[in-house]
Amino acid sequence: MSYAEAQKKSVLWDWLTTVDHKKIGIMYLAAGAFFFTIGGIMALLMRAQLMFPNSSLIPAQTFNEILTMHGTIMIFLAAMPLLFGFMNYIVPLQIGARDVAFPFLNSLGFWLFLFGGIFVNLSWFLGGAPDAGWTSYVPLASHYSGIGLDFFVLGLQISGLGTLIGGINFLVTIINMRAPGMSMMRMPLFTWNTFVASILILFAFPALTVGYLLLMMDRIFGSNFFVVEMGGNVVIWQHLFWIFGHPEVYILALPAFGIFSEIIPTFSKKRIFGYTAMVFATMLIGFYGFMVWAHHMFTVGLGPVANSVFAIATMAIAVPTGIKIFNWLLTMWGGRIKMTTAMLCAAMFIPTFVMGGVTGVMLAVSAADYQFHDTYFVVAHFHYVIVGATVLGLFGGAFYWWPRMFGYTLNEKLGKAFIILFLIGFHLTFFVQHFLGLYGMPRRVASYLPGQGWDGMNLVSSSGAIFMAAGFLLFIINIFVSMKNKETTGDPWDGRTLEWTIPSPTPEYNFAQTPLVRDYDAFWYEKYQGDGKIKAAEPLGDIHMPNGSILPIIISFGLFVMAFGLVYHTWIVAGAGLLIVFGAMFVRSVKEDHGYHIPVEEITKDKGGK
Amino acid sequence: MAENHTVEQHSLPPNPEKATLEGKNKYMGFWFFLGGEVVLFASLFGTYLGLRNSTAGGPGPSDLFHLDLVFIMTMLLLTSSLTSVFAIISMKRGNYKGLLAWMWVTVLLGLGFLGFEIYEFWDYTVNYELGFTTSAFSSAFYTLVGTHGAHVTFGIGWIIVLLIRYAKTGLTLTNAPKFYTATLYWHFIDVVWVFIFTVVYLMGIGG
Repeated sequence: MSYAEAQKKSVLWDWLTTVDHKKIGIMYLAAGAFFFTIGGIMALLMRAQLMFPNSSLIPAQTFNEILTMHGTIMIFLAAMPLLFGFMNYIVPLQIGARDVAFPFLNSLGFWLFLFGGIFVNLSWFLGGAPDAGWTSYVPLASHYSGIGLDFFVLGLQISGLGTLIGGINFLVTIINMRAPGMSMMRMPLFTWNTFVASILILFAFPALTVGYLLLMMDRIFGSNFFVVEMGGNVVIWQHLFWIFGHPEVYILALPAFGIFSEIIPTFSKKRIFGYTAMVFATMLIGFYGFMVWAHHMFTVGLGPVANSVFAIATMAIAVPTGIKIFNWLLTMWGGRIKMTTAMLCAAMFIPTFVMGGVTGVMLAVSAADYQFHDTYFVVAHFHYVIVGATVLGLFGGAFYWWPRMFGYTLNEKLGKAFIILFLIGFHLTFFVQHFLGLYGMPRRVASYLPGQGWDGMNLVSSSGAIFMAAGFLLFIINIFVSMKNKETTGDPWDGRTLEWTIPSPTPEYNFAQTPLVRDYDAFWYEKYQGDGKIKAAEPLGDIHMPNGSILPIIISFGLFVMAFGLVYHTWIVAGAGLLIVFGAMFVRSVKEDHGYHIPVEEITKDKGGK
Repeated sequence: MAENHTVEQHSLPPNPEKATLEGKNKYMGFWFFLGGEVVLFASLFGTYLGLRNSTAGGPGPSDLFHLDLVFIMTMLLLTSSLTSVFAIISMKRGNYKGLLAWMWVTVLLGLGFLGFEIYEFWDYTVNYELGFTTSAFSSAFYTLVGTHGAHVTFGIGWIIVLLIRYAKTGLTLTNAPKFYTATLYWHFIDVVWVFIFTVVYLMGIGG
């Protein structure tokens, strides 16, 4: 394809075939926001049902389906894709690269996630959604659940494959594609956190894939992995799930930590405090993430020795996390703080997340965990951690990077109203759930009897959910209201890192000339030690770009068809799906594709028009 | 930048598989992918170890395994790994014909291995009545060894596609990384088999 042909594509065809990390990032954000909204509506339905005792608003079976899908959607189809959206868009810009290492695989990862996510959700219309909780413990998930679990197992295998591909892509991008001078210890912390989170993805997701594979074998092909009377063992599922599941918590948290580590120095006008310590704390958290999975299984009966080892390892995670908390605080200390909405998210994240961390250490005390296990105390804990870190990180990142990604700045007044409303709602909803749990209310119940001391707190909790929903609506309104606040400087926040050195809107080749990085906080260094412009590491010339491709959609569609065949035991359909997958892979392998060049005149034209 | 010109022998870089950025990316990305595969197989091994005595009254490892058959399979696969090394040595010396020839030998040895594995599964199913659904042990055995077999099958298909596609092109900076990653994959399959040989077969008979 030539440059002229590349320009002629229709808008729709361009987005379907794009391999541009920026467009893929935006598609991740759009799809993730869609699923986030659905998952949020499910949360509202659950809180509506639990608002009063003995409520019969939602039948118990439907309630189980909603609670399963709320967890599944929020973790796999909302939080991760939204984080992937920021990683995709921002990481190549932060390291001074023109694209990711594998643009084709990047697109494949997105479409696999989307088709997998759609497949899981089709279960709503085709016989009932999965109802065994997002953890889907066996034998509940293998023998006492309907067709929804087949959709769950297959859809999440497809989207998990996409995540794994994305993780490998980020790793290679960060190692191989850094601009000259961008040494590992000069990388912005968001890139560092993405790097460690990608390592976690790489080593955690295959365990989940095997777990789902075994569950699929049991459900569809009649194997006996989890059939106790045939010698199967149900605890294997729990091990496989949590060997994935605990690192997953850090896959969600680390990129959010990275976002805060960008926001806080920018709006404190100070270099991050303890950069090296932050990097090593990130690696330590990543390492410990793999060492603590059995703390989810304290009550299974692994024995006092195993429980003690995992309890102590779990408590140890508080140390690197504490290092990070203090570094953020000391970055703000003495800084010239500007309380923008993004900074407000970051500032509010610290107390919220610390509360989640404290209950985390409480839960790590394995003896006490026998009391907390499977109560609302756990629900409160993980919402404090995940909403406190990941969701606030996503909102903070949205306000911070919105001008970079969409060329306009979100309204600050509306933004502050949103985040305050959301936070009030959040604490109303989840703070009381700690006490509900301590008073013995089990999680995942569809209803409860009055007079157990739970009524008032459930009412408070459900009222809080309304505030959260109202806050989120303000955020959506903000997106549309702010469209007129055009951002043309490219550097609205007086930024410190490379992504703010390029014109707005971001050109498709990112950097007209590959930047030369002379220090950590490269842009800030040039502003105060240089002439305010980033140095170029190469002369202006033609820029090589990869060609778009429709094959990622075809591959993902093939797996989608195959999954349908497996759910309905129609082996011909499954085989046809597999044939589509391998056919598309074959075409990709034999057809050499060397991309095209953007001529230098086009680039100088862009620069002139800046 | 990858250009589709045949690299003359005198201008061949010492490591053509890593001479371009694309090649470097593929090389490193593939190593990471194999890291993920290690976890995949480790999970399957763990599951197998947990279930290998759960025969539910059906045949167990010591009733089934014949070391002579497994020995032949091991030799075939180990030798195929060696021939793929010869292929890469040929590639680095600029001997493209040698690369193709040794890769074909690798494919043939892989096919031999696969044939014996299919025979083995057929033997267990028909003569020992060990179906996939007979017991937790049988499910774990067929899943672990079968996943390895599926990897072998995919590897054979992949290498054949490369061999036919690039039969007449000569070595280029585009196909060198492709051959190289294919042999990385092939070595990985071989390493997994060494563990299967030990954990499944030797421990099944001796432990």
